[in-house]
Amino acid sequence: MPAFAPPPLPSDDKRWKIVNGTMRKNGFARHALIETLHTVQSSFGYLDDDAIRFVAQSLRVPLSQAYGVVTFYHYFSLKPPGKHTMTICTGTACYIKGTDKLVASAEEHLNIAHGQTTRDGKISLMTARCVGACGRAPVVLTDGELQGQMNGEQMLEQLERWAVE
Amino acid sequence: MNIEELEQIAESVWLENDKFDQEINVCMGTGCLSQHSDQLKDALAKAVTASGKNAFVRRTGCMGLCAAGPLVLVDPDEILYQHVNASHAEAVVASLGAEPVKELQCDLREHFDQQVHVVLENSGHIDPERIDDYIARDGYLALVTALTEMKPQDVIKQITESGLRGRGGGGYPTGLKWGTVAKAGGDVKYVICNGDEGDPGAFMDRSVLESDPQRVLEGMAIAAYAVGASKGYVYVRAEYPLAVSRLTACLRDARRRGLLGNNICNTPFNFDVEIRLGAGAFVCGEETALIASIEGRRGMPKPRPPYPAVSGLWGRPTLINNVETFANIAPILRKGAKWFASQGTEKSKGTKVFALTGKITNTGLVEVPMGITLRKIIEGIGGGVPDGHKFKAVQTGGPSGGCIPEEHLDIEVSYESLIQAGSMMGSGGMIVMDDTSCMVNVARFFIEFCMTESCGKCIPCRAGTAQMYTLLTRICTGAGTMDDLNLLVDLCGTIKETSLCGLGQTAPNPVLSTLRYFKNEYIEHIMHKRCPAGVCNMKAALAAEHGLEVLA
Repeated sequence: MPAFAPPPLPSDDKRWKIVNGTMRKNGFARHALIETLHTVQSSFGYLDDDAIRFVAQSLRVPLSQAYGVVTFYHYFSLKPPGKHTMTICTGTACYIKGTDKLVASAEEHLNIAHGQTTRDGKISLMTARCVGACGRAPVVLTDGELQGQMNGEQMLEQLERWAVE
Repeated sequence: MNIEELEQIAESVWLENDKFDQEINVCMGTGCLSQHSDQLKDALAKAVTASGKNAFVRRTGCMGLCAAGPLVLVDPDEILYQHVNASHAEAVVASLGAEPVKELQCDLREHFDQQVHVVLENSGHIDPERIDDYIARDGYLALVTALTEMKPQDVIKQITESGLRGRGGGGYPTGLKWGTVAKAGGDVKYVICNGDEGDPGAFMDRSVLESDPQRVLEGMAIAAYAVGASKGYVYVRAEYPLAVSRLTACLRDARRRGLLGNNICNTPFNFDVEIRLGAGAFVCGEETALIASIEGRRGMPKPRPPYPAVSGLWGRPTLINNVETFANIAPILRKGAKWFASQGTEKSKGTKVFALTGKITNTGLVEVPMGITLRKIIEGIGGGVPDGHKFKAVQTGGPSGGCIPEEHLDIEVSYESLIQAGSMMGSGGMIVMDDTSCMVNVARFFIEFCMTESCGKCIPCRAGTAQMYTLLTRICTGAGTMDDLNLLVDLCGTIKETSLCGLGQTAPNPVLSTLRYFKNEYIEHIMHKRCPAGVCNMKAALAAEHGLEVLA
């Protein structure tokens, strides 16, 4: 049997080298699939078809299995994120303190449903299942930065600031 | 590394600390960091230099009282300041050795005095990224003692005698689990630390991993020695970046100190740990699903037996314990099984960490002895329900647990009594609800959670939770009937009895417990199209009943 040759990098984008590094660190073992997908997502922001295909081939995992893993876990996204991301926590503590209303008002303000990005690609609206900062509920993440004891006005102000940027 | 070397490190840390008149501990857990306690720490350090005072500013982990953050603790005077920001730095430093700053002082004796800190004994007192700080507080003493003076079976005997039970929620006796893995054949075994804290409204594991990660590693190493494993994994949620980065730093330090790696303490014992990131699937807290996830597959549970203790990760015997369980190991070996067993109730020993959140004055992390009443936790430590509202229920056990009403607040906290009350211990989330929460809506919230988190492998859970969600939505919007309610009860039984894993088997609990204690709210929604708490919107149903047009 010929020795396995990993596929070439999809492009000369330097980020592929980071992805390859994760796989090499794990000896191109199949169980490194989730670790590698994490690296792709943190480098590129999301997982596109090319990336999934490249990772699957490199780790000798069937494409169906790689796609199955990507769609199973909520953390992985198949769509590119907007320039800014507003993530609203909908864990129990935040819910009890009314984040369902925050989600509704953000959806109305941006005219999109949660999980979507505005048409100009500026703002993505996401929800999270508990970020573990329940002591400061209700919590939102503005571009990943945690903001506690949030109210509707503060959140809409932030969305406004991003919209006019 | 041996005991003398540990003592030397400890002594040098104490000598170093003694050079200062005061220590200013700044909480840099996630809660306080989100309020810029990092800037506060820099400002304090600057102010100390400017004032010429002989004080030391230290970054620490969570101090517990997240609602009052950022928190600053001045030792040795034990003065706790709340809501401190960078502009207060000069005042705080100026007060050192003199009168404390009155307007910042946090005087919550009742909150702290009723707690017993075992797992959290170092939280808020040490720099989580300095291994020497941990060693100075008797860290790694238990591991070194176990390796040099105890046989593996002696370690297991101690843990069994302590009566420690799994802190992830199930409450399986830890010693028994260790014994099973130790007896399992094969030369390759694994130890896994379950830090996939998916339970919404809970952050105990996160805080322990952020505040005292070495303690978890020590517990894992002791476990590995006891069961004969040489490789460990910590499975942490990707949503906890700070915990991951602190854990990574701690792994590096422990290796450097020779407390992880090959021939630890000059014995034949080898052990190393790798971090695996979760990817946002609640079901991965179930042990067989977690194993599938570490193997790089979809996190779907498998029928048990075989249990992971016999055939787990890559088919090898695998020990899986929760973060908090591992955090209890070192103190048990250090202070003895008898000491541990002296706290708690007959069947639930030791202490339990709870994340106290929701409609309660002192939100944050608390550690209490088992056997304390819920009332003491909520009204004493938690300071009761704020803003003049009335307590309605406390939710424990997350989506697998239930809501406990006022009349059962005097039950003691133990695995058995919480199950009897229709809830469960769970991993330690405790969410307080007041009269502005609608219990039907809360049940719907949890069922929606279970519906979206169901892995889809077995039909009762996949299809059953979706049906329950539809029925609850009908009731919440005023379109429900009594037949719907009967069907809902029926479904609860079916899902409970026939689901494959714990997620499905416990998914109906929030509905069953709210039906048990708050059935009148369901009836009000159905018969009178009225939500007693004023949460559910029933305009559409009411309008339809009166033949009116609905104005959008």
